[in-house]
Amino acid sequence: MYDYLIAPFAEFEFMRRALVGVFALAIGAGPIGVFLMLRRMSLVGDAMAHAVLPGAAVGFLISGLNIYAMTLGGLVAGFVVALLAGLVARSTELKEDASLAVFFLISLAVGVTIISVRGTNIDLLHFLFGSVLALDNQTLVLIAVNATVTLIGLAFIYRPLVMECVDPLYLRSVSGAGGPAHLIFLALLVVNLVSGFHALGTLLAVGIMMVPAAIGRFWARDVTSMILIAAAAGTLSGYLGLLLSFHTAAPAGPAVILVAGILYALSVLFGSVGGVLRQFFPGRHLEA
Amino acid sequence: MNAQLQFRDLTLGYDRHPAVHHLSGEVTAGALLAVVGPNGAGKSTLFKGIVGAIKPLSGHVDLSGLSARDIAYLPQAAEIDRSFPITVYDLVAMGLWRKTGLFGGIGKKDRDKIETALAAVGLTGFERRAIGTLSGGQMQRMLFARLLLQDARLVVLDEPFNAIDAKTSADLIDLVRRWHKEGRTILAALHDIDLVRANFPETLLLAREKVAWGNTASVLTADNMLKARRMCEAFDDEAHACAA
Repeated sequence: MYDYLIAPFAEFEFMRRALVGVFALAIGAGPIGVFLMLRRMSLVGDAMAHAVLPGAAVGFLISGLNIYAMTLGGLVAGFVVALLAGLVARSTELKEDASLAVFFLISLAVGVTIISVRGTNIDLLHFLFGSVLALDNQTLVLIAVNATVTLIGLAFIYRPLVMECVDPLYLRSVSGAGGPAHLIFLALLVVNLVSGFHALGTLLAVGIMMVPAAIGRFWARDVTSMILIAAAAGTLSGYLGLLLSFHTAAPAGPAVILVAGILYALSVLFGSVGGVLRQFFPGRHLEA
Repeated sequence: MNAQLQFRDLTLGYDRHPAVHHLSGEVTAGALLAVVGPNGAGKSTLFKGIVGAIKPLSGHVDLSGLSARDIAYLPQAAEIDRSFPITVYDLVAMGLWRKTGLFGGIGKKDRDKIETALAAVGLTGFERRAIGTLSGGQMQRMLFARLLLQDARLVVLDEPFNAIDAKTSADLIDLVRRWHKEGRTILAALHDIDLVRANFPETLLLAREKVAWGNTASVLTADNMLKARRMCEAFDDEAHACAA
């Protein structure tokens, strides 16, 4: 048992690093994912994850695999696309989901093209699926800082964010905090996507955000518990995913998301809030 | 009495088409004013103009020094996401925003206030219920509880009793009267003429333009009502720019 569950992390430093990275990532991304889901912005998260790619690729083009250059590029590109997509949706007839789909496909194409110009297929794989087993100190610190900033930032905007989700009209009538809160939220989203990008790559970065959030929805009736469950589910997926990858030689990033997917499937079936089993066997109805 | 609210040649609308046309007049502080008119008369538009949700096409609204925070506004169709996982208690507590802001704690006194507000609208015992489980009437009661907590000097209610049963609207109208007694200024858009006659001393009859404004009995005459109904509702796409 020890050999199977703990030894991989006790013996290998890269596994410990990966574990720390994934934990920090899950704790920051889970709460962001919950709000994305509650605001029906899941697709926005996906689009922005892809938007990070060309930015990071430009950083790569200029200074190679330098984490700061790629991070900066990713941040800038993420913000630009977030603002542009909002602008296009607001000022044209195109619905937001359509304009986002367009944006993220273009981003992906541009990103992959740029990387291929300078790098190899290995680099491309690194960009698309991350390198959670090869996190260096700089990257780990970056992910940890991002997670910390996320939690503090969310605490700041928690009230207006919840109010804007439930009753945007009311928030607008009592306070101007809605707009700034939304922008800060988008900023935190981008920050987490950049973290996720380093560990899991552009294609799976949203996974550690959205899948745990979706799991939370099946077990909790209020936002606070949802956030806690999402962070916990992400953390658990990280741990089990790394183990799975270690023992089966499956690629680590996808393994983490795969485990999250399995937890999600179990939640859909057995979840206490709206799970399938509950719906088919709700128990006898109550008297009042 | 001094004016709480003044409309100065106010024109409000969408896409240059006026929905409220050259409205002038004033609402005295502490007034209990019903705004009556057919669908499309501009009642909601007027309210949106008052709370600052839309900008006037011309003219302006003078709030006599009230800021947005002193106004409690109940829109006609609240854009509430009823699937959002939040309890009745927490939603009502939002009414305290003016006091708590981003971080202010909710202390014993505030919790008492919330309980009192819930009791006032008859929702005691619903604290832990998710808002998605409420009926239409209970929903409206909950929103009134939040209005109570907002403790605003100007209360603007857009068709607050639509699709609400008689018992609920009677309970809620009691709250409106209580606000009136406390000296707050209240504007309410209503369709139930009997309810207006019974409870509102002053009425503005609106049909894009002001048809009549004053004492309820003198405003709600058969003549005026007919006049209001005849004023057309639709935008004229070919309309010329208004010279006035």
